[in-house]
Amino acid sequence: MGKTLFDKVWDSHVISQIDGGPSVLYIDRQFIHEVTSPQAFTGLEQRGVSLFRPSQTTATADHNIPTIDQHLPIKEQLSAFQVQKLKENCEKNNITYYGLGHENNGIVHVVGPELGYTLPGMTMVCGDSHTSTHGAFGSVAFGVGTSEIEMVFASQCILQPKPKKMKITVDGKLGKGVTSKDVILYILSKLTASGGTGYFIEYAGSAIEALSMEARMTVCNMSIELGARGGIIAPDETTFNYLKGRKYAPQGDAFTKAVAFWKTLKSDSDAIFDTEFTFNASDIEPMLTFGTNPGMGMKISQSIPTLDTIDSAGKETYSKALEYMGFAPGEKLLGKTMDYIFVGSCTNGRIEDLREVASIVKGRKKADNIYMYIVPGSKLVEKQAIAEGLDKIFEAAGIQFRQPGCSSCLAMNEDKVPKGKYCVSTSNRNFEGRQGPGSRTILVSPLTAAAVAITGKITDPREFL
Amino acid sequence: MPKDKFVKILSRVVPIKIENIDTDQIIPARFLKATSKDGFGDNLFRDWRYDNQNNPIAAFPLNDKKYAGSILVAGKNFGCGSSREHAAWAIEDYGFRVVVSSFFADIFKNNAMNNGILPVQISDSFLLEIFNEVEKDVNSEIEVDLENQKITIVKTGKSEGFEINSYKKQCLINGYDDVDYLLSQKEAIGKFEKNRGEIFFYK
Repeated sequence: MGKTLFDKVWDSHVISQIDGGPSVLYIDRQFIHEVTSPQAFTGLEQRGVSLFRPSQTTATADHNIPTIDQHLPIKEQLSAFQVQKLKENCEKNNITYYGLGHENNGIVHVVGPELGYTLPGMTMVCGDSHTSTHGAFGSVAFGVGTSEIEMVFASQCILQPKPKKMKITVDGKLGKGVTSKDVILYILSKLTASGGTGYFIEYAGSAIEALSMEARMTVCNMSIELGARGGIIAPDETTFNYLKGRKYAPQGDAFTKAVAFWKTLKSDSDAIFDTEFTFNASDIEPMLTFGTNPGMGMKISQSIPTLDTIDSAGKETYSKALEYMGFAPGEKLLGKTMDYIFVGSCTNGRIEDLREVASIVKGRKKADNIYMYIVPGSKLVEKQAIAEGLDKIFEAAGIQFRQPGCSSCLAMNEDKVPKGKYCVSTSNRNFEGRQGPGSRTILVSPLTAAAVAITGKITDPREFL
Repeated sequence: MPKDKFVKILSRVVPIKIENIDTDQIIPARFLKATSKDGFGDNLFRDWRYDNQNNPIAAFPLNDKKYAGSILVAGKNFGCGSSREHAAWAIEDYGFRVVVSSFFADIFKNNAMNNGILPVQISDSFLLEIFNEVEKDVNSEIEVDLENQKITIVKTGKSEGFEINSYKKQCLINGYDDVDYLLSQKEAIGKFEKNRGEIFFYK
């Protein structure tokens, strides 16, 4: 029997298998950030154990940092202390650290790929659920808790049960104005926020193959919103072209050799998945969410499902979600007035996302009722956007162009959406209070966010294309 | 480092009959600024427990005096979303030792067990039975027997088995810890690194 791509990468990293229990899985690379790592460092210290393989861990400050005036000390005391602690822990343990203002600083899942740390065939973890992003390169990458970070610090391994395997095929051609964000929101609307739990998902099919690396990252990024451990896409020429010349990717002969190996990283034709789904790209339209989990999504032109379509156990939760959002069952959202727009995050804070926003807002002004900011995913994205003059386009449209960080995706910093306000967001989660206590999030693609910016209302981006 | 050993638990329950409870609800991001593991229980379910003036919301089960105990019972897909282990720390710090649901998110499940909390996954119908039982009688007790992998509504005697991998079960029963185990495997890990062959990715 053949092996899936996931099996190939996972199995080649298993050192041993505990009877009736998890595998001892070797981790090639770990990323850490300020929020989930301090307790792991403390744990290690309490054990009197030193960090086993410091060169295989890289740190960046991203979750809990301001997105304006980054050259100044962080004002909020607890945040300043947390970032300082990361710096000290990295210095003490010989870990490369990209702090605020460093040319390589940015959101961990933007920085890893753009610097060439993320490579096909690797195992990667980070104390952040969106580590699934890196699977776009054909690596097995998943989010872990702080206890597991400590395991990797101590042994470069974690104990992990092997997930089941799911394959999601999207065939055909995406329509105009339909992006990879719409693809994953569409899949979520079909499979729900728990549809992938217990699984590792391989995405395949002609619509996936046609996506750029950045677009593939958006799809893999939101695998966790399906509940899946991660997502993976077989590396191909698009992958190799993206990686060539990246700072920490293999160079010259080593790159050629690596590509020969990476080409073997695909599911065998007779590989068996535990479950499979197939979707047609032409069925997908610009999507948005209307509820309080990312599985509660619909096509932008549709109406919110009515209560009779919800199973009895879920009715209470469903009603609670709509009440929180201030929406009624059966309501259409097209034309609904919005308040805030956030463009950024590890889902959609890359240069291609910023270019898409610019393609619509160029030469236009944002609507008066909209407060909007764009937060680049990293210093490199920021630099590239400025080089292309995108910052000027945003400014002319009345949109703020901020400095890199996770920002309003989880609103740990001051970038909070006020209670009761609607925020159209290119991020990944619309949970209650995610963008600030009482905030109401509507997840969309960067193109849709840009269309809403101009009209001030929920608008189909295809009207601008 | 050894953790508290998990023994059989007999307790009243605190029911939260909501599905898809994500870790942002269990512990909102703005409370993740601490650099230690302590004190998160105060902010467990913060935005469901307190209004924006910090007044307790009386109807929320954690504030409702009629509920008590070390077993939390919640709707399906508990712990989805963010990987923050702070969610498990908050649940543990508040005083829960068991979370019962008909479905758990993967990362939360690992985080819970790594902190001595037992996630007990049961069928949708048995979960509903527990909710109904507590609605009828808030003093009704539940017994969670890890050794025999069985959960019982004491009053009615109705029970259901639950799954847990035998390694994790032994860890919980004996208070073993994964890092200690991995440290004992250093030799095998070193050998693996040495024998990996040509493809070595790092500069």
